[in-house]
Amino acid sequence: MTTTAPAEADLHDSPSGAAERTPRFRRPGRLRRIGLPYLLLLPALILELLVHLVPMVMGMVMSFKELTQFYIRDWGAAPWAGLDNYKVSVDFDAPVGEALLRSFLITVAFTVLSVGLCWLIGTAAAIYLQDPFRGRGLLRALFLVPYALPVYAAVITWVFMFQHDNGLVNHVLHDQLGLTDKPSFWLIGDNSFVALLVVSVWKGWPFAFLIVMAGLQNIPKEQYEAAALDGAGMWQQIRRITLPSLRPVNQVLVLVLFLWTFNDFNTPYVLFGKTAPEAADLISVHIYQASFVTWNFGTGSAMSVLLLLFLLVVTGVYLLLTSRGRKTADV
Amino acid sequence: MRRIRAAAAGAVAVSLLTAVTACGGGSSTSDGGSNDSPKTLTYWASNQGADIEVDKKVLRPELDKFERQTGIKVELEVIPWSDLLNRILTATTSGQGPDVLNIGNTWSASLQATGALLPWDAKNFTAIGGKDRFVDSALGSTGAHGQDPAAVPLYSMSYALYYNKKMFADAGITKPPATWDELVADGRKLSKDGKWGLGAEGSNPSENVHHAFVFAKQHGADFFTADGKPDFTGDGAVAAVKQYVDLMAKDKIIAPGNAEYAQNQSVSDFAKGRTAMLLWQSASANLESQGMSDADYGIAPVPVQSGAPGTGEQVNSIVAGINLAVFKNTDNLDGAKKFVKFMTSDEEQKVLNTAFSTIPPVKTAQADASFSAGADAVLKGTLAKSAVAMPQVADESQFETAVGTAVKELFADAAAGRPVTTDSVKAALEKAQQQMPTK
Repeated sequence: MTTTAPAEADLHDSPSGAAERTPRFRRPGRLRRIGLPYLLLLPALILELLVHLVPMVMGMVMSFKELTQFYIRDWGAAPWAGLDNYKVSVDFDAPVGEALLRSFLITVAFTVLSVGLCWLIGTAAAIYLQDPFRGRGLLRALFLVPYALPVYAAVITWVFMFQHDNGLVNHVLHDQLGLTDKPSFWLIGDNSFVALLVVSVWKGWPFAFLIVMAGLQNIPKEQYEAAALDGAGMWQQIRRITLPSLRPVNQVLVLVLFLWTFNDFNTPYVLFGKTAPEAADLISVHIYQASFVTWNFGTGSAMSVLLLLFLLVVTGVYLLLTSRGRKTADV
Repeated sequence: MRRIRAAAAGAVAVSLLTAVTACGGGSSTSDGGSNDSPKTLTYWASNQGADIEVDKKVLRPELDKFERQTGIKVELEVIPWSDLLNRILTATTSGQGPDVLNIGNTWSASLQATGALLPWDAKNFTAIGGKDRFVDSALGSTGAHGQDPAAVPLYSMSYALYYNKKMFADAGITKPPATWDELVADGRKLSKDGKWGLGAEGSNPSENVHHAFVFAKQHGADFFTADGKPDFTGDGAVAAVKQYVDLMAKDKIIAPGNAEYAQNQSVSDFAKGRTAMLLWQSASANLESQGMSDADYGIAPVPVQSGAPGTGEQVNSIVAGINLAVFKNTDNLDGAKKFVKFMTSDEEQKVLNTAFSTIPPVKTAQADASFSAGADAVLKGTLAKSAVAMPQVADESQFETAVGTAVKELFADAAAGRPVTTDSVKAALEKAQQQMPTK
């Protein structure tokens, strides 16, 4: 933080300089000065309400309605369903609930693997690129390409690569390396989970790399030098200095990656289309299908609300645990 | 400072107003529609040509002609099939939609149930020249029985068997197969050296369900009971789906890779001579755009179990096609009807159906000699004699997805070499049935 202190001081200088000149216009002065920022924030606040909160509340209202194709035209007229949509969604012995639970478990497994791998690869790459060498800038830029590409363009390229007959993946694995007896299917059947995971990690790890790389800049070199003098090897330096110092960064990074991955709709949708194979039936696509493909928006909304609640709980517990852990660490 | 405050207040006011109007615009649920905007129409067309640009090129001159005749300007948007149903649903929900739109004719009953489309009662039909201008089979796919149609037929299509003449000749096959047994026998002769007998679009639920439905009819079965309840697991339906998937699983005349096709790759394979046969609707224009001349392939009716195509268990295609519908809350009701009348006029029917290699559902246009030659003769004959409408029930759209997806998963099993048995087919269909709305 010390390096940014002078810059902050600079920033403070100019507004206070301006403030010294304002007394000429003074009159309701202070109130106006305090009020103006809020007034300027108001449009953003209202739009935020409209764009985020209102649809969310509408979605919650919809989840209590029997909103099928017969009512979508005038959904205010749809009959109230009470908790029926929720009961259907969480009745794990019945087909709808069972499928939702299955999809949920697949999503949990997918998220844990994807976030874990993204973090691992991202952190490893960031640490390797920490020390300067020829071509480091180029490598850094190259590593960020998947993150910078538009999702659709990136994933559709993977679709072509995963194709059974003409895909690059089968060409390499089967034709060139001879690792499989016959070409595998990646976009249908059980392998689709692997395909989805590969694309998700490929797309997600550069973000982890970027954030960890930024975090590493804040670790003073002296610590490593001191550790090296005390005889610490690379592993010990990573374990004792790098990882503990990265803790606050990782706390946010893992949470953000978790939320993005758990909710990811674009990747499975572009990869598999409207109906994902069972092995890769992520919950976002599952809910989409429950609403748009079967035209039952009430049940779809109820599932979305359940998902929202789950993510809220996970986020809350995570923040509670990690911040408590950090406090004790700080002490 | 004062200027800034004024600007800020202005920004707030504008954002509030935008918000209010955005909320207010959507919920027009009045039943009649109006004529508040008599000079413009918005038209959503489906993608009939090889790509969207082709559609625009075909439609634009006709829409200009309509503008010259009536003074009504038509704003055209051609919407890809992957988005069309979602766009229609969104338009229905928000009330912000086009005035006139194309719908897949199999969706008619589902969309009719939303109440968003103008019902074509006697009065409305009179405005476009009368109901009896249209062919009966096409009218059979415009909404639930006993209700006024939700749309009028625009283009008709049927399935046909496209076969590669040279590959047939090389394999010593002299005539296209007329029964499934013959097709399998021919397919086995043709499936060798990296080439395959038949192509299929295994990951496309719509294609799958069309075939499953026709096979079910040929087994004397149906996917819905007489009172419209889903009944996917009857012996006939199970045997039908199994027979279709077995073309890959047991008979091995469809390449396993076809299990993941959903972007019309089977048409490309056929055009490139990788497969010898293809079951498709109105493929001519598409094949031509991929460089296959119509001298290279023949067209025959889709096979039946035995005998010749006809009604009942002898059907060999769905009544495929596009219907033209009017959104009930249009603000140019009279203009919309004029536009429907224009699009279903003899002259436009000939122009458009020729361009899209479809068959006019309008009797007088269909009688034109140009629709009785070559490919069109087979398609027209099928439509007239042996095509059957998909179930005209409110849950049709859900049925397409549920059963189409079940077939997709069965194809995936077949492709992976897992056995496809009567039990596994029945289990897949049972799962599909469980996804259907219960009310």
